[in-house]
Amino acid sequence: MIGQVLYAASMVAFAVALLFGYFWGANWLLDRMLATTPAMAGEAITRRDSLRTRIRPWIFLAPTLFFLAVFLIYPIIETFRLSLFDRLGQNFIWFANYSWAWNDATFRQSAFNNLAWLIVVPALSTGFGLLIAVLADRLWWGGLAKTLVFMPMAISFVGAAVIWRFVYAYRGPDMAQIGILNAFVTWLGYPPQVWLQIPLVNSFLLMVILVWIQTGFAMVILSAALRGIPQETIEAARIDGAGEVRIFFTIMIPQIATTILVVWTTITIHVLKVFDIVYAMTNGENQTQVLGNLMYRWTFIAGDSGRGATIAIVILLAVTPIMIWNIRRARAAEGTG
Amino acid sequence: MSSVKIRNLYKRYGKVEVLRDVNLDIHSGEFVVFVGPSGCGKSTLLRCISGLETVSEGTIEIDGRVVNDVAPSKRGIAMVFQSYALYPHMTVFKNMAYGLKLMGLPKETIAAKVREAAEKLQLTAYLDRLPKALSGGQRQRVAIGRAIVRDPKVFLFDEPLSNLDAALRVQMRIEISQLKEQLTSTTMIYVTHDQVEAMTMADRIVVLKDGVVQQVGSPMELYDHPQSLFVAGFIGSPKMNFLSGQFADPFKAHTVGIRAEHLDIAPADGAWSGRVIYSENLGSDSFVYVDVGAPEPIIVRQPGKAAHHAGDVVGLAPKVHELHRFDADGRPMMH
Amino acid sequence: MTSIATDLPVARESRLPNWLPRVGVGRLLAHLALLFLVVVWTLPIAGLLVSSFRDPDQLAVSGWWTALTAGRVQEAARLPRATEQAEEAGRFVIRGNLLGANTDRQIATFGPTNATLRANEPGATVAMPAGGEITVEADGAYLWTSPTAFTHTTGPRIYYVAEIPPQFTLENYFTVLTTNGIGRSFINSLTVALPATIISVVVAAFAAYALAWMRFPGRTLLVVAVVGLIVVPLQLALIPVLRLYNNVAGLFGVDGKGYFGVWLAHTGFGIPLTVYLLRNYMAGLPREIMESARIDGASHFQIFVTLVLPLSIPAVASISIFQFLWIWNDLLVALVFLGAQDDQVVLTGRLINLLGAYGDRWELLTAGAFVSITVPLIVFFSLQRYFVRGLLAGSVK
Repeated sequence: MIGQVLYAASMVAFAVALLFGYFWGANWLLDRMLATTPAMAGEAITRRDSLRTRIRPWIFLAPTLFFLAVFLIYPIIETFRLSLFDRLGQNFIWFANYSWAWNDATFRQSAFNNLAWLIVVPALSTGFGLLIAVLADRLWWGGLAKTLVFMPMAISFVGAAVIWRFVYAYRGPDMAQIGILNAFVTWLGYPPQVWLQIPLVNSFLLMVILVWIQTGFAMVILSAALRGIPQETIEAARIDGAGEVRIFFTIMIPQIATTILVVWTTITIHVLKVFDIVYAMTNGENQTQVLGNLMYRWTFIAGDSGRGATIAIVILLAVTPIMIWNIRRARAAEGTG
Repeated sequence: MSSVKIRNLYKRYGKVEVLRDVNLDIHSGEFVVFVGPSGCGKSTLLRCISGLETVSEGTIEIDGRVVNDVAPSKRGIAMVFQSYALYPHMTVFKNMAYGLKLMGLPKETIAAKVREAAEKLQLTAYLDRLPKALSGGQRQRVAIGRAIVRDPKVFLFDEPLSNLDAALRVQMRIEISQLKEQLTSTTMIYVTHDQVEAMTMADRIVVLKDGVVQQVGSPMELYDHPQSLFVAGFIGSPKMNFLSGQFADPFKAHTVGIRAEHLDIAPADGAWSGRVIYSENLGSDSFVYVDVGAPEPIIVRQPGKAAHHAGDVVGLAPKVHELHRFDADGRPMMH
Repeated sequence: MTSIATDLPVARESRLPNWLPRVGVGRLLAHLALLFLVVVWTLPIAGLLVSSFRDPDQLAVSGWWTALTAGRVQEAARLPRATEQAEEAGRFVIRGNLLGANTDRQIATFGPTNATLRANEPGATVAMPAGGEITVEADGAYLWTSPTAFTHTTGPRIYYVAEIPPQFTLENYFTVLTTNGIGRSFINSLTVALPATIISVVVAAFAAYALAWMRFPGRTLLVVAVVGLIVVPLQLALIPVLRLYNNVAGLFGVDGKGYFGVWLAHTGFGIPLTVYLLRNYMAGLPREIMESARIDGASHFQIFVTLVLPLSIPAVASISIFQFLWIWNDLLVALVFLGAQDDQVVLTGRLINLLGAYGDRWELLTAGAFVSITVPLIVFFSLQRYFVRGLLAGSVK
């Protein structure tokens, strides 16, 4: 144990030293190699000065470029290549993996489930987030309420899975229920259920976990946006005789529409990548499979890199529209700023 | 000796030409003000001299050396920014010492220089404070102090007073003028959109419009002999009155210009006559707005309280020697 | 949400007691609705926290919301065989304790058959079908006596209802931390998360500055690429990077799975967002400050270190928190790039293993899960301001 702590500490020190070494060292070297002295000819000074300013950005950027290339750009290309090969990546089989996926029942099930996640989770998270933001901003204990709703954001998907498996826990009908959901159901007079084994219901219950986590995110962002609405527009509407509900839907919502969209897409990205929750809760059993988990199964359990890669590419294609939209927004922001 | 020499300078952003064929000689120790409406290129010209912008064409010389490609810090300049640009996390002392430290000067020299500048600017008591604990005028002085310690050959000011309130602006204007008296060998280039600042501070004024130098001259030259309609209209407050068409015909000019203080109200006979639409009392003097039928009312300056009220019909008599005559191209005509 | 209090006639309002704030029906509904939502959101965590401190036996038989009340369980105990009997003062006697030696539990009622288990209070004496009579005390001690020798070969059962007083214990934590390896994994998680966070934030900060304030060809293209790569799913990178690791590690004859690889992987996957967020912040710093420094003779490196970095501390802090939590909470990257041996499994992975091995040992699972979320919760509650700021920076731009 002590050894591990020491190892961790020394590794932190090592990482920091490495970074300092690179950034300080490279810049020092640059300033050293292309140093200027007053004794040099004016032109030589100028040439060295400009050379330094031209080289320095790449010193700053080099590590980032390395990471982008090795961990993102190369994998995109390589994964696409692998998706055209067989299970061990040896034989080129054109789009056979894609046609397999198209015809595979589990894949279709997963894609269908992902689609359901894609609709349910962002909608519920954004909806609840907006509701809580609106309520909390009007009540004196709203700050505390927001903190509590926001708290799940900090918890890992695995931790959340344990928490919710406990909520959904099942005991036989003749025993006292220890899961709060079944306790509630039996209190209402219904028999307890093995929730995670009922198709469709189980998928929904998994989505509830992600909603539970993401609502806090939506709430924080939307709360900030709501506060950013100029108070004058609301007061003007009030003077015009609009009721609070009408003001909310016709004055406030339109002004935060972009933010709602941003929240929605951000949650969508999380949903498309969802893996941990399904892996920990049901591992895809009883028709709860999703693409993220299916990809993991094919790649690391079944050892078929071709099919795994194919599923990864499908996920990439699904996020591509959001990627393009993001780039457009960034470019627009770049243009004005 | 010429301190800053600009030859055939062009600056373009893509296809947009921000500066066009600028030629300028600024002498050593001179206080030159670049003035013009916003977007005229005056700040860009200053930034080209500082090296913060590269030039597209032409040359800039400082002290006889072409500095087009020389880094800003090696041009022998110092700059005071509109927003002061103080480093918010450093004390006043560290703000002023920053550039000296980068030069690699020994600690004692730095301390001595900073103290000397602080003395000059009455900042000694504030050396350990952070900028946020200073008033606007003090921040401005720190910005100036930071420039002074560099012993620049050329001192650049980019609208340094526009963030201050009116009273403070007048005070700082005086302080900068005094600074100029102390630093006799330092060239100062000052950018402003406020022609009052230009008139009161400058040895010479450079008027710019749309990236082109309109006229260069001392304040009085510009006031008395504007070389274009634009300069005539831009320099002086209130704005010079312009009349054209039938109103200018008697003077054999396309347009005539006359300043408010060069008009008299004559009860009966005058070059023009019209109805008073409004009069402003400023106490020491007053402005009377007279509608003579031209597109804009004529403004007349009168000493003391206004003797005329809205609705009065008055005649206006210009002091003929102060009349500016312009041809159809807006060029002045000889008297 | 609309408050109708203002519409009420003054006379009615004055009848309200003074201490009651002016609450309209709408406002009351708002309070109740928010209260309901907050309760729903907090209950799951509350359940986890309470359960992790409960006695395992109680946890298994009663809901955590009953933790503060005494629980009751129906149980049965088998009495010893005839061979255990002793002769005392002419009577044959079998003694013992139904509840075992060390227990806080109490017998509430008992009986010799399942049907009579609620029939007798502690201290009562009951005839046994197998012969003789038995007395059971509240602490579980029983005395079974008979004038004739016992001859039974299998011990009969005694049915009883036991009362369990509320019991809280730290034992669950002690168990998971030591015997179940959660403690070890806690340190493993730190070993992964700390260096990876530092590396990614430092690397990203330099790049962010370059993209915000330096001029070089291809800058716009690079910014666009960074924005585009933010959303690339992690799944895409797993196979190629793992193969790359194995190839590189093969060259040096070492194992491709290890901490170094995980640091790099986390840095790589997180770098687009980190760079993007930091760049946005840095680009918002006043331009004139940088220009002033350039005139003062500072190089970009000096501007970065002496001006931009100190002025970006709020952003760096919130992004570090984010990156740290993201890495701490990750499962997939650790699963793929770390080995399965004890000194590499991180908390999330260990929890998954616990789930698989002890799916019903809730005392272990809840304690383990709570250990894994303590660090995020501490970070969250102590640095909530930065946390929120980081979120806002990432989304509203």
